Amino acid sequence: MTKTYPKASRPSLDDVSVSIEKGDFVFFIGPSGSGKSSIVKLMLHEIKPNKGKVIVNGKEISSMRGWKIPSFRRSIGCVFQDFRLLPNKTAYENVAFALEVIGKSKAVARRVVPEVLELVGLGGKEHRYPHELSGGEQQRVAVARAFVNRPLILLADEPTGNLDPDTSIEIMRLLDRINRTGTTVVMVTHDSNIVNQMRRRVIEIEGGRIVRDQARGVYG
Amino acid sequence: MRAKYVLAEMLVGLWRNVTMTIAMIITMIVSLSMLGASLLMYMQVDEMKGHYYEQVEVSIYLEKSIGDAERSAIKSQLDADPLVKNVIWETKEMAYENFKEQFRDAPDLVNAIGADELPESFRVALENPQEFDKINAAYAGLPGVDTVVDQQKLLQKIFDILGSIQNLSLVVAGAMGIAALLLVANTIQVAAYSKRREVAVMKLVGASNWFIQAPFVLEAVFAAVLGSILAWVMLVVGKIVLIDGKLAALTDLLLPVSWGNINLMLPILAGIGAVVSAVTAWVTLRFYIRV
Repeated sequence: MTKTYPKASRPSLDDVSVSIEKGDFVFFIGPSGSGKSSIVKLMLHEIKPNKGKVIVNGKEISSMRGWKIPSFRRSIGCVFQDFRLLPNKTAYENVAFALEVIGKSKAVARRVVPEVLELVGLGGKEHRYPHELSGGEQQRVAVARAFVNRPLILLADEPTGNLDPDTSIEIMRLLDRINRTGTTVVMVTHDSNIVNQMRRRVIEIEGGRIVRDQARGVYG
Repeated sequence: MRAKYVLAEMLVGLWRNVTMTIAMIITMIVSLSMLGASLLMYMQVDEMKGHYYEQVEVSIYLEKSIGDAERSAIKSQLDADPLVKNVIWETKEMAYENFKEQFRDAPDLVNAIGADELPESFRVALENPQEFDKINAAYAGLPGVDTVVDQQKLLQKIFDILGSIQNLSLVVAGAMGIAALLLVANTIQVAAYSKRREVAVMKLVGASNWFIQAPFVLEAVFAAVLGSILAWVMLVVGKIVLIDGKLAALTDLLLPVSWGNINLMLPILAGIGAVVSAVTAWVTLRFYIRV
């Protein structure tokens, strides 16, 4: 699969082929501009490949019709470096919002949201606003929002990029727990500490190509 | 639940950007009331044409010196003519009676004219009022005929004036309409920008497109419907103050504008306004901001 951005002199991902099994925990590592973030965007159908196919949950999404994308995205949870929380909503409201806008009733939200906030370790802080929470806690809210729908896949694009090492480890424990529930976790990072500690599958990308794919890898 | 959410978001969007909302509604009022006025004028001219063309005739005035033979020759030619619906022979005495009736408020004028001075004429109703030229060509040159006058020509001038007023209001409606559409596009862009975080999250978690776009499109539709109701109120006020009030004297000639037509404008304007602004909003969302 190849992805070239318009105006780019060389492909961002050049003839990359990779398959991730259900329930895997995979790190994509590599320097800035190596193309690892493009993988997340391709899996979300934010961008389309120029050549090749992207198959997620058994569906070929690279040729998916526009109106089918929303329902496809409901099977994927997403976490980003910058959290992307709504500043005028509390932790509870941020998570409930994700349910509301896909048509779930308030009753469902009242049942599920406290549960998932408890799971990410934010029990008792439901009614804090993002600015009243630490960076690590904000990222937990983001993880709760990504996971509240019980997605099959959790995509994490540098989720620890804005966090200190100790907080990062806590977030990783959380992602690990989510992975143990059967959710596939795909994480893009250049945090060598974390990769070395987790000892999971590592795919290294450089200049748009896969240079390493190791089952229980380290950052190298 | 979802409908409630969408409506609440719509109101929040309108209120957050209230100056722009007001500007949008005002331009819509002006544009739609101009459009309504020109539609009304169009219907009015149509009705007037129907009304007057029924009554309007061609008058063939005869020379004073006309002889009986010439008169009956013209009469029999008219009776046989397929263009002619019916013919009335108006004698000098009848012409004088009609004249007295028509100008009974001006006795000086009536006294100044002797019973003998008005010409006799044939009043001819045509099968098709547009075919005056053929009648004129056939009869103007006959011996004993003075002039052939198409009364429709007189009305035509009035219709021309009404037509140009109508065109003017269509131009104003068009110009204001473009301004209104640009304001709709701008308002939608601002509204989408002010909710960009929410929109980003909604897309991320897989909210359906219509659910994301509906509040924005409804903002535009709401403004259009409100604008069209107020435009209709303007038309009602226009009828009461102008047509039935200050210009009432004219309506003897121009026929009154009926309430039925005015009320018909409400659904027409609301429909046009709502559809056009919904499409504008949707296109804006789709091509300029990719919500």
